[in-house]
Amino acid sequence: MHDLIAITALGASEPQVETIGGITCTEVANLALASVAARLGGEAACRERLASLVGTVPAAGKAELTGPFSAKWVGPDQWMVGVEYEVQNDIAAHVKAALGNTASVTEQTDAWSAFDLSGQRINRVLELLCNINLSSVGAGSAARTSIHHLSCFVICRVPNANVRILGPRASATSLHSAITTAMRSVR
Amino acid sequence: MLINHPLLGPRDSSEFIYLGDATLIDRPDPETASAQDWHDYAYLRDNPAGPHRELWFHEAGDRSWLVVTRNTVTHEITSVELARDVARSQGRSK
Repeated sequence: MHDLIAITALGASEPQVETIGGITCTEVANLALASVAARLGGEAACRERLASLVGTVPAAGKAELTGPFSAKWVGPDQWMVGVEYEVQNDIAAHVKAALGNTASVTEQTDAWSAFDLSGQRINRVLELLCNINLSSVGAGSAARTSIHHLSCFVICRVPNANVRILGPRASATSLHSAITTAMRSVR
Repeated sequence: MLINHPLLGPRDSSEFIYLGDATLIDRPDPETASAQDWHDYAYLRDNPAGPHRELWFHEAGDRSWLVVTRNTVTHEITSVELARDVARSQGRSK
């Protein structure tokens, strides 16, 4: 039996938390992810089953964040489903069992790193990081955009106060550096 | 330049990658196409001064392929459609 020590995307044993100028960036190390792509002809059935798993199937540019299983729209007939490890750490198998042959499901957990950005007027940070139209971002908005030349998702829970940024895990340190640099810049 | 994405609204053109003439959608049928058909498909392009239908990829966004109708003289964009809708309306990808 291997005795391995789990590390976070930033390489530490505990998630990194940084507070600069009233804005906090928290590494999220317990997020399991799986992508869902509805199969041709199974789109309606996939939506029905996905709705029973996550609540409401998010429309284009939106995320569903109410239940233990979250979902965000990533493209036409494609979504990303997320859940905390403590609830379900074999997410792909769980989602596949729920969706059956209506969709193709791919494990994404170790492909992404996640950072929660919270505090007062965090749009000051986001506007330095990406070119999302922040005035149109509301609770439950999810946008894919470029941050620091990395393809990232920006998911809004509370406008101007709480967003989650997902970026490629292999570039987690670069993304974290970009976020904290922007945080220092708006102090 | 802004591209009015049919699902996501106006997005900056820096999020997109340009591929070229949208006639790439009209791939010849491999069962029946002649060598001349493949030659024309692979190499021949119109080069209009005016409206031009072209394929753009939303690389820094939802990764969808779009058919953008752009005036090559003025850069005015008159229509943006999802490439898969265009292809399906032509009987492809059924």
